[in-house]
Amino acid sequence: MGRMTFIEHDGTRHEVEIEADKSLMQHAADNMVPGIDADCGGECACGTCHVIVDHQWFAKTGAINGNEKQMLEMTPEGAPTSRLACQIEVTDALDGLVVHLPEFQM
Amino acid sequence: MSHSPSQPGENQVCVIIGASHAAAQLATSLRQQGWSGSIRMIGDEGGLPYQRPPLSKAFLCGEKGADSLIIRPSAFYEKHQIEFIPGRVTAIDRAAKTLTLADGSEQHYDKLALCTGTRVIRLPIKGASLAGVHYLRTLADVEGIRRELPDTRRVVIIGGGYIGLETAASLRKQGIDVVVLEMAERVLQRVTAPQVSAFYQRMHSEAGVIIETSTMVAAFDGEQRVERVLCADGRSYAADMVIVGIGVRPNSELAEAAGLEIDNGIVVDEYCQTQDPDIVAAGDCANQWDPGSAQRRRLESVPNAVEQAKTAAATLCGEKIPQISLPWFWSDQYDLKLQMAGLNQGYDQVVIRGTADSGSSFAAFYFQQGQLIAADCVNRAPEFMLAKKLLGQKQTFDLTQLADEAIPVKQLMAELTASA
Repeated sequence: MGRMTFIEHDGTRHEVEIEADKSLMQHAADNMVPGIDADCGGECACGTCHVIVDHQWFAKTGAINGNEKQMLEMTPEGAPTSRLACQIEVTDALDGLVVHLPEFQM
Repeated sequence: MSHSPSQPGENQVCVIIGASHAAAQLATSLRQQGWSGSIRMIGDEGGLPYQRPPLSKAFLCGEKGADSLIIRPSAFYEKHQIEFIPGRVTAIDRAAKTLTLADGSEQHYDKLALCTGTRVIRLPIKGASLAGVHYLRTLADVEGIRRELPDTRRVVIIGGGYIGLETAASLRKQGIDVVVLEMAERVLQRVTAPQVSAFYQRMHSEAGVIIETSTMVAAFDGEQRVERVLCADGRSYAADMVIVGIGVRPNSELAEAAGLEIDNGIVVDEYCQTQDPDIVAAGDCANQWDPGSAQRRRLESVPNAVEQAKTAAATLCGEKIPQISLPWFWSDQYDLKLQMAGLNQGYDQVVIRGTADSGSSFAAFYFQQGQLIAADCVNRAPEFMLAKKLLGQKQTFDLTQLADEAIPVKQLMAELTASA
């Protein structure tokens, strides 16, 4: 089974196992990864599951929709590889994925 | 003075009544904050906490199944030793610290969390018990609606609030004829400015939904099953199904019978604590003291339930952390994503960025004595993020800037927040 790593702003690492049919946000929630608030439960409505994808993985996380892009553009800690974790469908192709968490969610 | 650090909840039992959004977060937050005792969640819907917002949206449209609504899977609760007990609590004995369940069994608690939520307001009119008359609050409610949809061509929705309008959009998308009957002069009257109401009325009309405002429903008519809705002014509307969405009431009777203070919900302080130091309340059922506005407020929203649950969990663990989060809400109808920040009660001025009279994207900013208090943003995620930021700071600014679309939101963000 594949694994993914969330790295908190202070450097704390959280390794989680990949489970089928779940978003990256849901993986964080189910593993109690702190720093992903996910207030709206995955509706792309709140912008509080911001992650910065390790650049080598960015292309594999799929396309960004317009709403997600607009929210990310307003995030102070936004980076070129920023995503909302609720919009990333996790598959085995993301085995080894590394994402960084911002210091604050908006 | 030194004290030995002991783990919160050691050899104690925390019982959570309700299996709601608040309950799911409260149980999780207890473990995150180091609660080492037992956690038992008692829910009367038979299953684990699930997401309610999609019920009137993706789930009603058939785009999401019941399995995908679950907030966290059963494996999560097992792993973190959070026990789920299906059942309904009928009494709280605060002196003995026991709960009585409907099946007669008892549960001891050391700490108690009330996450009992709300229930729908029923329409006490003739024909209310006919088949085909539905409410929309629980998974079971919507499963009942979905079962009947294949034979349904015409639906009358009673109530033009968010639930009514979201339901209208979800049914219209499936090709069903929809009429919305609203008692007030405009839809969303209780929650938005006239411009926003007019916008949604227009969007629904364009989608083919008929909206009748200032319309009082008098009775449902039919043999076994509802066939038409009769209005007080004599009009009638044919219907294969009726969905009533006229609001909810907090489930506070248990708390009231236990002698806790009730006032439009269970009264709690800013730490979500009731008058009883061993009992907290969180979510739609809680009427919380807000030190910022120096008044109580009871909100019906998932983000509020989640924030209160975190606060309540901290309180149970002996850490008093006042809640400072900003209220926010969202509503999806058709391709319109409405994101709302703040509370607009008492506004004296509305500034519109973009146009609400045409197109499908604008933002309404609400002011009170020159101070921004809330924003409704339709397909305007940047403005929503800006509003969240501005609402967190107390300052006045030039209102005309907000309305000026020549100034990009990013620039507004830089200018208006830099001076804070």
